[in-house]
Parts: sequence; C-alpha cells; structure tokens
Amino acid sequence: MKELVCIVCPKGCRLRVDEENGYQVSGNSCLRGAEYGKNEILNPTRVLTSTVKLEGGLYRRCPVKTSAAVPKGKLFDIIQALNTVTLTAPVSVGQVVLKNVCGTGADVIATKDL
Amino acid sequence: MCYDLIVVGGGPAGLAAANSAYEKGLRNILIVERDKELGGILNQCIHNGFGLHRFKEELTGPEYAHRFIEMLKDTSVQVMCDTMVLAVTENKEVHVINTEKGYQVLQAKAVILSMGCRERTRGAIAIPGARPAGVFTAGSAQRYLNMEGYMVGKRVVILGSGDIGLIMARRMTLEGAKVLACVEVMPYSGGLMRNIVQCLQDYDIPLYLSHTVTDIQQKDGRLSHVTVSKVDESRNPIPGTEMEFDCDTLLLSVGLIPENELTRGAGIRMDSRTNGAVVFENMETSIPGVFACGNVVHVHDLVDYVSQESEKAGAAAADFVLNPKENESALQLQNGFGVSYTVPQQVRISRIEKNLEVFFRVRQVFGQSVIEAKDGENLICSFKREYMTPGEMQQIRLPRVMLDKVHGNAVTISVKEA
Amino acid sequence: MYDIAIIGCGVIGAAAAFELSKYKLNIAVLEKENDVALGASRANSAIIHAGYDPEPGTLMARLNVQGCAMAEQLCKDLSVPYEKIGSIVLAFSESEMETVKELYRRGTENGVPDMQILTKAEVLAMEPEVSDKVFGALYAPSAGIVGPWEYTIAFAEVAVQNGVEMKLRTRVEGIEWVDDHYVIRTNQGDVAAKYVVNAAGVNSGKIDEMVAEKTFTIKPNRGEYYVMDKCEVTRARHTLFQCPNENGKGVLVSPTVGGNLIVGPNAEGVGGEGDTHNTFSGMAFVQKMAAKSVPTINYRNSIRNFAGVRANLDKDEFQIGVAAKQFIDLAGIKSPGLSSAPAIALECVQLLQGEGLMMEKKVNPVTTRKHIHFRKLSAEEKQKVIAENPLYGRVICRCETITEGEIVDAIHSPIPPCSVDGIKRRAGSGLGRCQGGFCSPRVLDILARELKVSPLDILQDKDGSFILMNETKKEVQA
Repeated sequence: MKELVCIVCPKGCRLRVDEENGYQVSGNSCLRGAEYGKNEILNPTRVLTSTVKLEGGLYRRCPVKTSAAVPKGKLFDIIQALNTVTLTAPVSVGQVVLKNVCGTGADVIATKDL
Repeated sequence: MCYDLIVVGGGPAGLAAANSAYEKGLRNILIVERDKELGGILNQCIHNGFGLHRFKEELTGPEYAHRFIEMLKDTSVQVMCDTMVLAVTENKEVHVINTEKGYQVLQAKAVILSMGCRERTRGAIAIPGARPAGVFTAGSAQRYLNMEGYMVGKRVVILGSGDIGLIMARRMTLEGAKVLACVEVMPYSGGLMRNIVQCLQDYDIPLYLSHTVTDIQQKDGRLSHVTVSKVDESRNPIPGTEMEFDCDTLLLSVGLIPENELTRGAGIRMDSRTNGAVVFENMETSIPGVFACGNVVHVHDLVDYVSQESEKAGAAAADFVLNPKENESALQLQNGFGVSYTVPQQVRISRIEKNLEVFFRVRQVFGQSVIEAKDGENLICSFKREYMTPGEMQQIRLPRVMLDKVHGNAVTISVKEA
Repeated sequence: MYDIAIIGCGVIGAAAAFELSKYKLNIAVLEKENDVALGASRANSAIIHAGYDPEPGTLMARLNVQGCAMAEQLCKDLSVPYEKIGSIVLAFSESEMETVKELYRRGTENGVPDMQILTKAEVLAMEPEVSDKVFGALYAPSAGIVGPWEYTIAFAEVAVQNGVEMKLRTRVEGIEWVDDHYVIRTNQGDVAAKYVVNAAGVNSGKIDEMVAEKTFTIKPNRGEYYVMDKCEVTRARHTLFQCPNENGKGVLVSPTVGGNLIVGPNAEGVGGEGDTHNTFSGMAFVQKMAAKSVPTINYRNSIRNFAGVRANLDKDEFQIGVAAKQFIDLAGIKSPGLSSAPAIALECVQLLQGEGLMMEKKVNPVTTRKHIHFRKLSAEEKQKVIAENPLYGRVICRCETITEGEIVDAIHSPIPPCSVDGIKRRAGSGLGRCQGGFCSPRVLDILARELKVSPLDILQDKDGSFILMNETKKEVQA
C-alpha cells in the first residue's frame, strides 16, 4: 500500500494505492484522482511550464507549457530543448512552439498573447 | 461624463467584476489598470493549476487571464492601462494619472476596488542579520524569472511555505538553480498540499517545519549564508539547533497583505483581521456603491474563488446603479472558536437569493470536525470537514431559509472538533 | 593639485564640501563607496536635535544649537524633507524629572530657544499614546526631523554643481607630506592637495593616524532600529526621547519625514569598520525599551529593520581641530553629528583659514537645489509637471507614489547613482511598505535603460551587491 497526496486539484486528497491489487486507489473524491494515483506509481507525469525567448514583444520571455502531462524523467530534457527556441512577436495563446517535444507526443505551446 | 462603474485594477478580480457588471446590464464601464496590460499578477504566474473550478480545466495564469480578457473583447467595457489611481473619494470620484492625459478626475456611479495584495517583506518579520542583495520576495523573483528572463540566484533557501514560494522552488530548480531548503516557522505548511508534493517532493527539496531563518551573512554586498534554527511552540528559536546554508539567495514567501491604501483614503471601514474592507453579502463596503473584491478584501488561495467573489461584486454594482435600494439593517457574522475571520462580515438577508456564501479561515489545523453556524445558542446549520488548515480557505453556504429564522442580530461561525 | 581634498562623503564631508564650494577653490572629495551617504549618514535616527544634551561650553553644544538653527532654511533652500516637530524628553520617575530639569538648565545655557517643562497632563494632551506612567517632560520646539541621506546628497550635489570633483570608489590608503603639500595614496592613484579635511566617519581615526600621533580612538557603536508602516505614525507627534541614565540614552519613538514611525536605537560596541547586522537581542531590546514610552506600537506593522554605526569617541566631544599642518580633523562625529553638520562645515572653513588657506568667495555660487516630490504637489501642479514631462504620469513605486520622472531625474542628477538603493535615497522609491518588492524590478529596468548597461550590471547598493545572477535560456543545463 502506497500513500500519496493527489495533485489533480487543490483539494489534496490523501490517496492509498494498493500495488498488489491492480493499483486500486482509495481516498480519492473523483475519478481523476483514481487515475492519478495509479499513474503516479506506474508512470508519473507532469505538465511542464516554462518560458522561451521572445523578440519584439512587450517582454523578453513568452510563457509556455506542454500541451499534455509528460513523463517526470523528461522534464529537464524539455527545459534544455526550450533553450534553443526564440519566438518573434506577435505570439498567440495556443501557438505551437515545439512539436512532439523530446518524443513525448506532447507539444510545447505558448500560453500568452504577446 | 459619468461612468456607470469604474473598476480599480485589471487583475483577475477586476476583470471578473467588470465582465459580470456588463452581463448584468451596465454598459459604461471603465477598468483602470496601472500596468501596461490587463491580467495583474496572473501574468507572472506561468504555472498551471488555475481554473479547475471556474473553467473545469487546468490553465496557466496567463491563460486564465486571457479567458477573461477575451470575454471583454466584444463588450463596451473600456480599459485605461498604464494609469495609476491616486485617490477614490466618498462621492465616487476617481483621481487618476497617466502619461497621456496627466491628472484626471473621473466620476462614477459605482466603484469596484480590486487592487489585489502585496507580499509581506523581510521587515515585516524582522529577520536579523546583514541586509545584502539577494533577499527577494518570491513574487519579485518570479517577475524577474518569468517575465524579464533573469535568475536572481543559483543556490536558494526559501523562507515560508506559501504557494508562491513553493512554486518558485520548482521554477528555479527547473531553470538550473539548486534550492537547498524550504523553511516554515509554523508546524504546518502555509501552501496547498499539492504544491508541497509537486514543487518540493518532486525535486527532493527538504521542507523544515517549525524552523526559521535566524541570521543572514553577506560577502561583498551579496548574501552568502543563512542560518536556520528550529523554533519552540512560541516560535522562538532554540539555541543549538542552528543549520548553516551556503547560498546566494533567500526568497521570502511569508504572506500577503491586501493593498488598501485607496480604501483607507476613501474612509471605508476596515477589518483588522482581514486587513481588508468590511463587506456586506454582495461585497459592498461601508460606502454605498463602493464594492471590493478579490485579494484586496482578503487573501485567497485560488484565483477561481477570486473570480467567483468578484462576479458577485460586479453583479451587485450593476444592481446598485440600475435598481437602487433602500439601505437596511444587517446581521453581523461573528468569529467563534477556531475561526479567524469571515467574509462577508455583514449580511442583509433580504438581498440573498438562495444561499449566503461565506469564506473563512481557521486558526489552527483541525482533523475531523464540524463547522457550525449559530444564532445565539441555536444551531442554524453545520458542515462536516475531514481536514482543515489555516493555509486553505474554507467556504460554506448558509441557506436563506435558515437565515430568515435568525432571531438575534448576529450569527456566529465556529469549529467543533469531532 | 587640489587646494583641498575632503576624505569621506557622509553628511559631514558633504556639508564641508557644500560650504567650501562657495569659494574660489579647487576641491576634491574622496569617497570609498560607490555613492555618498553610505555610512552613518544613511542609518541614524534622522533627528535634528535641539541641543540640550551636550555639556555647556563644549564645541558639541555650540555646533549642535547652531546646526539646528540652520537646518530649517537650508532644507528649504535645498529641497530636503524637514519638519520642525519639536522633541519631548519623557520622565518616568521623580529622579528622571531631576534629569529633565538638568537638561532644561543645560539647554538654557546652550542657547536652546523656547523650551518648556511639561506636567504629566500636558504631556498626555500633546502625546495621547504615551504611557500614563509618565511624570512630566522637557519640550524643545526647535528640534526637528530630516531626511538624512537627502540632506547629505543635497549638500554634495550643490558642491558638485559648484565645481567640486566627486571621486567615488576612491579609498584612501596612505597620506604623505611631500614638500609643501599632501599626497594621498588611493586605490585610484595619488591625489595631491594642499589641505586635507578628514571627514571619514567611523574611519576618521585611521585617517588621522596617517598624519598625526594617535590622540583619540573611534569606538564603533551600533544602533538598531525599526521602521514602521505609515499606519503607526499616529503613535507619536513629536520626537519622544527617554531620559538618559547610567544604562544609556534610552530609545526614541518619532515620526519620520516620510510619514513612518521610527523606533530605536540600542547601543552596542562593535568591531572593525562597524558591523551593521541586526540582531535578535538588539531588536528585542528596542521593543522592550520603546514600550516604556509608547506601549501601543504594533510591531506587526514593521516594514524594515536597520542598524547604523556611530563613530563614537572615548570622550563626550567631537574631535574637531587641526591634526597636523594644513590637515583638519572633523572626526568622531557621533550624535548630534547630523544636527551639527552645517555648523561643523562653518567651523571647518575657519580652521582652514587659520591654517593659512586664502579664501575668496565666488560671485554667484549655487546655493539652492530644486527637487520634484510629485506626491507632495497639488492636483494642478501634478497636471503641469506631467504636461512638461509625461514620465511624471507613470507611477513606478506605488507605496510612495514615486513616478518614472522622478527616477529618471535621479539617474541624471549631479552625482548619478548606479544602484537601486541609490535611486531610493534620491527619489524615495522602495521606502514604503512593500520595500521595493513591487518597484525594484521596474527601477532596475529604468536604470539599465538610462545608463545603457545590462540589467545584470545593476547593483542593489554597494559594489558587489548584484541583484541578478544570469539570464535564463542561455546556459545548457547539466
């Protein structure tokens, strides 16, 4: 039995994941919590947020995120990949900055109009 | 020229309030924003986790702001950016300055105060030691990092486990800094549990509860070491427990204080517990037609609740302009055992449609417990909770039908341990 | 070859430079830091003392009373924040009332005008938040409060406008008498001057010993303070002192010219050039002592702590005089040094003349300075200054309502600052309750823009106090 705090929403449910019984989750208040609990043991993932360089905008950086949760082990590789990107204003929310970043299947997208 | 409504501040509170006032029929609305763009602090909060309540999806700060800015696009709501409000008067004059038009006095029928809050600083908590460069509030470090593209340090200790500090622990780690510790004077974290997990535990950053920074050393004008000590139950450092950290930066995440200079200047009644205005059920302050919402009233954990509260204020401001009402006597909400404040503090029952939403915070950590609303000794309603901490804002809904039965002039909210 | 080299640009060096700059003289000021007013002049009680404290007949007594009398007009001329709010020395026992009477006697002899001894009822009527344990008090209406770094900067700026050369980052390492003049060895090379004025504050003993036999010792003494939010300023209407006794001079509670409340200091001997750390024990002492005068101060409303170092001497007098041929000591200037500064400058002129310096007044030297405090302007004046320079229409420091115009003015002032704190001392940004949390990034940005340097080069304060470490998205992470 493994105990975790769910991070899906700010509620912070205290989950118990039974590794010996098909990763059954208890303590969750919603289905997403159950999914999180199981994933967190098998293949923990996170949405990554960071910035990339921006030229010609109101600020010198444009905020970005991965379009989906990516494996925790890839976070620093993605950060490194972002160092190579420079955007030029105008940028719009949702604009793809890097496709299929580090082979994760997720894109890096801009999160602000600049 | 008289505006129906002037909204002071174009952060999440102001945006939601203006939008809701427009939806309720006001047309001549002006948002005054001191920065160059709308969105307020959300613009530097590039992490995700916003909007789960409001939009049922997980957004970043800029994306959350974007949703509201988009809503305003097809409306007649006007925006004046790069403009500072210097004063709001009792008769709803708003004194502003900007580079284009200089000093202007704008008249409004209703005003919404949504100036947000500021961070507590080193001075507020009197940390001893040297005063070198390298001590930042988490929010200013966040601005440098996320908007300007600069790191404020390479080896970091964070004092306070407020959410901004936790978020910055992760951000600075991802951008190449080494975060050595997060230090919290209280025996519990001030931030959300999910942030402890995904910002500290994910990166093996130790959290020292019941510890504080007791000395700051410097070399050539920049921070070089901090000393961290364990504290006793009265939060006094215990000699002999000192740990020294070799670091160049100390980030402070030691609380937020509502920014109420304009509110006080207008002569609005304040609540010393929230550091914000005393408000009625519809977020109206002691000056009729002046409303307040968001972090300027009390510090929220979640922007979703700021939006919710501000939409209420916006709707009420529209109602004030379109359907003027007589003032009436109000019921007081009082803080009973375990409750440090409530918002609202005053309630005019006839103005509640179905439920009265009450936000409050508890004074200490509670396990299984019951929140009780009482009219004298009479229980009006009660709400079960599994777990409550001062770091997480509580919300209850008191049904109008129950409030109608109240005999006294006050309702007390308190916590009973189960 | 300079006629005069002044060592140190705290309030004493700056006031001397200001006074001497009115004459046809070739003057240099040597300051070891990257800005003026970085020693005791920026970290003190910010009080203009009336002059009842010093022993009658001392130089200190005369210069204090004279300096106090000069402050009001000078501050007006130089656009320095000053308010003549008067001071009150509180007595909490019969024996302290005796001290009050003694101070009244000294003050009378020193020439302090309009003093009164107050009854308990009179004190409480004038100061409702003072402890009701008060017995009575001494009231001196001529005392005031001042912006200490503005005072210093104003003197220095006018001196520079009158042609004085301000040599910053110039640390004196040795002084030699060569033929008929001094050669001052510094980290920036040699400086030759006929006359030298030693205004080196806590280092004035070391400078003196470079040319003279050791006759005095500076004993750096630290004082710690609280600065409280503006909401606490109602705790005191005058500067509230306690009676000096065998345990020290007591702790003061006073409004500041910025509209805050200042509480402090303690007094503790420290080594070296003076350690300005704050300590738990020092701050606790200040709270405890201040509670005796004003029990209601709420320290949750503290916005800043600081500590300053007094250039204390082993005697109750300033060390002012001729230390060697053509070498003037303005040394050991502890409290009431800030109050005495303009009078000490006049004294310096006389001492130099006594040493044979020929001095001829300039025809029209600059003696005034204009400084725009946007916040203090009327609505019409605000409108006018924004029309003339739109940058006054953009507020950068929201706590103190300091505009971009004032910040850009400061950057291009006669002694251009290179740090965020340098801007703070000139324009007042970052002095408020958020202590620069909000405006520092913006001030840094404006500094980098105006000075045409990288934001990475902008300092918080003294050299080495870098704010930013590196740019993101540049280094490849390990």
